[in-house]
Amino acid sequence: MSFDSFSEFLAMGGHGLYVWLSYALGLVLIVYNLLAPRRERKRLLAEQTRRLLREGNRQ
Amino acid sequence: MAEKKWLPRWFYQLASPRWCYQICGKLLPWFTVAMLLLLVGGTAWSLAFAPADYQQGNSFRIIYLHVPSAILAQSCYMLMAVAGAIGLIWKMKIADLVAKSCAPIGASMAILALLTGAIWGKPTWGSWWVWDARLTSMLVLFFLYLGVMALNSAIESESTAAQATAVLALVGLVNIPIIKYSVEWWNTLHQPATFKLTEKPAMPAEMWVPLLVMVIAFYCFFAVVLMMRLRNEILRRERRSGWVKELLLSN
Repeated sequence: MSFDSFSEFLAMGGHGLYVWLSYALGLVLIVYNLLAPRRERKRLLAEQTRRLLREGNRQ
Repeated sequence: MAEKKWLPRWFYQLASPRWCYQICGKLLPWFTVAMLLLLVGGTAWSLAFAPADYQQGNSFRIIYLHVPSAILAQSCYMLMAVAGAIGLIWKMKIADLVAKSCAPIGASMAILALLTGAIWGKPTWGSWWVWDARLTSMLVLFFLYLGVMALNSAIESESTAAQATAVLALVGLVNIPIIKYSVEWWNTLHQPATFKLTEKPAMPAEMWVPLLVMVIAFYCFFAVVLMMRLRNEILRRERRSGWVKELLLSN
C-alpha cells in the first residue's frame, strides 16, 4: 500500500483531481461500451420477434 | 466446390455467420470473467499499491489508463483495416461485420487516451494540449474512427458501405506507424514507448507489472465488446435466415 490513510489516498499528493477525473472517465467509457451492445441486443431481439409474429399471423 | 481450399478449415468456418455467432456466445462468459477480474485487480493495484513516481508523484497513476487505451485504440484500428481488407478481397461478410463493430470501440479508446493524456499533461507539462506530433497523430486516429462510422451510416447499401469504409480504413492505416514513430521522428514533449518487445522496461517491476495487467484487461474488454457487437450485427444481417427465426421463437 503506498498510502497511509484514506484521505491521503483521495488527495493523491495534491493530484487527486487529475487522477480521479481520469479514472472516472475510464469507468464511464468502459461501462458505456459494455451496456450499449447489451441494450441493442435486447431491442433487436424484441423487434425481430415482433416482426416474425406479425408475419406469421398474416399467413 | 471447384476452388481449391488452401486456407485452414477454421477460416472457412469463421465465414459462417451462425458458427461465428455460436462460438462468440461460448467465449463471451470466459472473457467477461477474465475482464472483470483483471480490471478490478489492475485498477486497485494501479491506484493504491503501485509506487508513486519520484518526479511526477501520483499523477503518474494516469498511465495505467492512458497507455492501455492508446495501445488498444491502435490495435483496434489495425484489426478494423485488416478485417476490411479481407472483406474486400474475399467478400467475406463476417469480416465486414467485424470491421464495422471495431469502429465505435476504437473511437472510445482513442478519446479516452486523448482525454487522460490531456489531464495528465496539465500537472506534468503545465498544459492540457500541445500541437505535438504524438498528440496530433492520435487526434487524427480519433477522427479516422469518426469518419469510418459516419461513412458506414451514410451509405444505404450495406455491402457498398463496407467497401467504402474498408478503403478509408486502409488509407488511414498509414497513420499507425506515424503514431508509433512520432516520438522518435520529431522533437516532442511526449515520452517514448513504455514497452518494447526487445528491451526490458525502463521502469521498475512494481510499476510495469500492473501496467501489463491493465493492458491485458483492456484487451479482454475489447474482446468482450467486439463479440457482443458482432453478435448483434450477425443477428441483424441474418434476421431472415432459418436459424435466427428458430432462435427468436425459442425465446
